[in-house]
Amino acid sequence: MNGPDQLLQNTGRLRTAMGECFPGTHTIFRGHDLHRELLEMDWVGLYVFGITGRKLTDAQVRVLHAIWVCTSYPDTRLWNNRVAALAASARSSANLGIVAGLALSEATTYGGQAGMRSLHFLIETQRRVRDGADLEQVVLEEKAARRIYGYGRPINSIDERLPWIMQVAANFGLDQGTHVRLAHAVEAILQPRYPKLRMNYAALHAALIADMGLSVREYQMLRVPTFLAGMPPCVADAAAKPEGTLFPTPCAAIAYEGQDHRTWPR
Amino acid sequence: MSDIDKADVVHTRIWQEEPEPENAFATRAAFCRGYDVYGQMLGSARWIDMLLLLLRDELPPPSQRDALETLAVALANPGPRDPSVHAAMCGGVGGSAMAAALMAALAVGAGRNGGARDVRDAMEAWAQCGPEYRAWCERAAPQRRDPLEAFPDPQHVAGFDPNGTVLPTIVRQLLAAIDRGTNTPRIAWLRANLDDLCARIGLPLTHSGVAAALFADLGLAPAEGELLFLLLRLPGAGAHALEQQQHGYRRFPFYQIDLTSEPRA
Repeated sequence: MNGPDQLLQNTGRLRTAMGECFPGTHTIFRGHDLHRELLEMDWVGLYVFGITGRKLTDAQVRVLHAIWVCTSYPDTRLWNNRVAALAASARSSANLGIVAGLALSEATTYGGQAGMRSLHFLIETQRRVRDGADLEQVVLEEKAARRIYGYGRPINSIDERLPWIMQVAANFGLDQGTHVRLAHAVEAILQPRYPKLRMNYAALHAALIADMGLSVREYQMLRVPTFLAGMPPCVADAAAKPEGTLFPTPCAAIAYEGQDHRTWPR
Repeated sequence: MSDIDKADVVHTRIWQEEPEPENAFATRAAFCRGYDVYGQMLGSARWIDMLLLLLRDELPPPSQRDALETLAVALANPGPRDPSVHAAMCGGVGGSAMAAALMAALAVGAGRNGGARDVRDAMEAWAQCGPEYRAWCERAAPQRRDPLEAFPDPQHVAGFDPNGTVLPTIVRQLLAAIDRGTNTPRIAWLRANLDDLCARIGLPLTHSGVAAALFADLGLAPAEGELLFLLLRLPGAGAHALEQQQHGYRRFPFYQIDLTSEPRA
């Protein structure tokens, strides 16, 4: 069945196993009574369960917490944080500002899409090596063909977050997973040839999450709150200052590089 | 300027403002690509002129601008059946901020199923296929995007309705209304070959496909077409959100769920 017949069959109703709320009584969450069965779950654990239908181990959930804590930077200059703070300075809603900041965070130079592409590269590379390909050849071919996401970082190639998160992963016995070891091996191949392509946070946290068995699209949902905790301090700060005073731009701070003044053709 | 760090300057070819002598933040005159916006354009330029001027140094011929303005009328309201408008209405009935309703419309309307990404894909297809049946037909199979994108991979030929079986009359009317002959060659080709092309693709053309063809005729880049499609469909979303805000959630569908999973004992 397809086309209008398929649309008609779905009109007005949703057939799903995911959940339903029964106001006044209870709510079903992926086959479980949310209040009776899941109330004691860690929120991040519940979040992953919602995405995948799988319950991670306590150690995996603790590492996810650490991944997010480790990259919660309350620096208003960062583009996504800046959006949240600008909303506050413009006296918009904090919710709107933070949600817009999160939307921006699915970026290609950092954040969501960089992480997705890094995860995709690691999963594909692992698959090819498992099928018999030579890792060095795979990596160098990939580098020749395109940018390898997860390696290299603007401003400073050293990613200060890596040793911290590796220590947490080691504490929970998750530092020797297949993809984590692969991520380090890729760096070892790139480094002699491309000294600036050191592993960055995208690769390491993608590797940790790949070792948890998440797919790229599952990761896309998982990573939504990654930068969230860094935003409220920026918002609170801007909200406490006089309105409109965050990064105000005088006319002279616009460098116009376009057409000379000309007459509008009436 | 002397106390402004060079690294803290915004570079633009689009916009220039001259300050009032006594306040560096108050605008005495504003110029868009060299034209005095408040001194000359207001009262003379059309909204569509301004939209295009923001994207290009030079305006396209009047006939192309007319065609875009006609398309803009058609796109202004996708109607309450459209998922992007539905999203905005969800904002209205719940008492969300108007910005939230529009953000909802943008998020849903950004997608590959008839949304702005579909327009972008279709514009890329025009760049690759041109007015060639064979090239379009070869795109009939869904294509994996490389590199991976935030949006899921395409599941149908861009610009065509994956759930459609007949060409809607309004799509044919839209094509006729914006056809400016040699000034809109892709639209003219589509219109001349519409039934044959839809038959070969196996799906009917839709608004996103028409918009993509006209945007390409105007010389816009795929990302510019994606942007315009998002912008031009917002008025209807906002209006329907406001209307549903007045109606309230009791007069808005809540639908039925057939839950296939039972709670475990």
